Amino acid sequence: MKVYLDYNATTPVDPAVLEAMLPYFRERFGNAASRSHAFGWEAEAAVKRAREQVAELINAQPEDILFTSGATEGNNLALKGAAAMYGAQGKHIITQVTEHKAVLDPCKYLELKGYRVTFLPVDATGRIDLAQLAEAIKPDTILVSIMHGNNEIGTLQPIAEIGRLCKERGVLFHTDACQTFGKVPIDVQAMGIDLLTCSAHKIYGPKGVGALYVRRTRPRVRLEPQLHGGGHERGMRSGTLNVPGIVGMGAAAEIAGRLMATEGPRVAALRDRLRDGLLARLDHVTLNGHPTERTPTNLNLSFAFVEGESLMMGIDDIAVSSGSACTSASLEPSYVLRALGVGEDLAHSSIRFSLGRFTTEAEIDYTIERVVAAVRRLREMSPLYEMVQEGVDLKTVQWQAH
Amino acid sequence: MPYSEKILDHYERPRNVGTLDRSAPNVGTGIVGAPECGDVMKLQIMVDDQDRIIDAKFKTFGCGSAIASSSLATEWVKGRSLEEALQISNEDIVRELALPPVKIHCSVLAEDAIRAAIADLKAKRAARQAAAAAEPAPQPTSS
Repeated sequence: MKVYLDYNATTPVDPAVLEAMLPYFRERFGNAASRSHAFGWEAEAAVKRAREQVAELINAQPEDILFTSGATEGNNLALKGAAAMYGAQGKHIITQVTEHKAVLDPCKYLELKGYRVTFLPVDATGRIDLAQLAEAIKPDTILVSIMHGNNEIGTLQPIAEIGRLCKERGVLFHTDACQTFGKVPIDVQAMGIDLLTCSAHKIYGPKGVGALYVRRTRPRVRLEPQLHGGGHERGMRSGTLNVPGIVGMGAAAEIAGRLMATEGPRVAALRDRLRDGLLARLDHVTLNGHPTERTPTNLNLSFAFVEGESLMMGIDDIAVSSGSACTSASLEPSYVLRALGVGEDLAHSSIRFSLGRFTTEAEIDYTIERVVAAVRRLREMSPLYEMVQEGVDLKTVQWQAH
Repeated sequence: MPYSEKILDHYERPRNVGTLDRSAPNVGTGIVGAPECGDVMKLQIMVDDQDRIIDAKFKTFGCGSAIASSSLATEWVKGRSLEEALQISNEDIVRELALPPVKIHCSVLAEDAIRAAIADLKAKRAARQAAAAAEPAPQPTSS
């Protein structure tokens, strides 16, 4: 049985989305910028429809939506574009330590360019402290970028409160909503969001396309473009539009909106079933991230005394991911878990299960059986588990690392 | 990570998982690595009167390559003398298991574990000899 529980990494394209896209590869192949013939007009109409579908999901206007090649580009455009446009007013940006690299790396780049970036810490559940954010905002702060839901641990940030604070202080608020767009309700008006990044391939759409919401009223947000050449997307993102991809994103957004009220609770219940099943059968298992303020699809657990990659090998017909260094090309353990204060040994023992639209109860029950069996087997092979059984406090041991 | 057949074999059917009595005079125990590094290997050897390794056991907290390296190490040391066991180099392990470059450090740790077990055995022996030498010689009973 092959089980996929890595929906946070990517999702299969929903069959209805694929159907919606195909004509735009075949007979409706026009360039949406071709103003003078029907091929162009019908492509443009399809893109317009997709803007409406995306905007609907976040209570925005269709004209507020820019299409990009994905969330990495969206985050780069939001951060670098806003920094450049508003740099004369101030050079201070605030973000937080568990952001995706697509936010952290542009921030580090901006530091090299003379901007000052504050990386707010998080508490043990992964949430920022609003008082610390309020204190960090200075007269020269131009942008706050805080993600809605974390991709590794699922923790949700209090973005409505963050938006309110930013509005009070006159600072732009950007949120990377890749993990929450289409999964939980988002209202850019009520939440005071000025810029929002999302991606199609997290919501059963195709890879290679995403959207950036850019507020047009109160205030009118402008971004210095990162791609020049043709002036597409209100001058902010040049380049021939990926019409089939955009159509796919729109269709995926519409389906997500339609299913949100039922799919969210369904998947959350399966996620809880997985969590409860594992916690009932295994000891020394800890949850990483906030217990309740988390995306409905995410479960991140550390199985003490067992290393993550070896555990993944033990459940090799189930696709998951791990915060262990051994699974990353850089041999560095997860910086997100480190930011929570999770010890490096537990970071090495972490597994992220992320559920989705096509996850079934049978898959969850199968996963519980396999994980329990693998953890038990590996603990029998673990010198750490043996020492703990003998009553040794691992924190007191002098290790011979090299 | 796509692993070689041999690594998978050692992972699915590890050789010599278990524990020997640490306090036994003919048992050497090596524990190397650290939990923060994601790699801890415990390797134990038992020798006979000729200092030939007659049994070896391991337990490992680590990735598939670490488990395979330490499992292989216990397989290889059995039947060897202590000097022969010290000849085992991490490169032999890399070659035998076809370890990918990013996992070479696992083989180094396994080599360290063998050396640590042998060093522990010798240290215990030296301590016992020192303790015996420090005991006062038996006095002849006066007649």
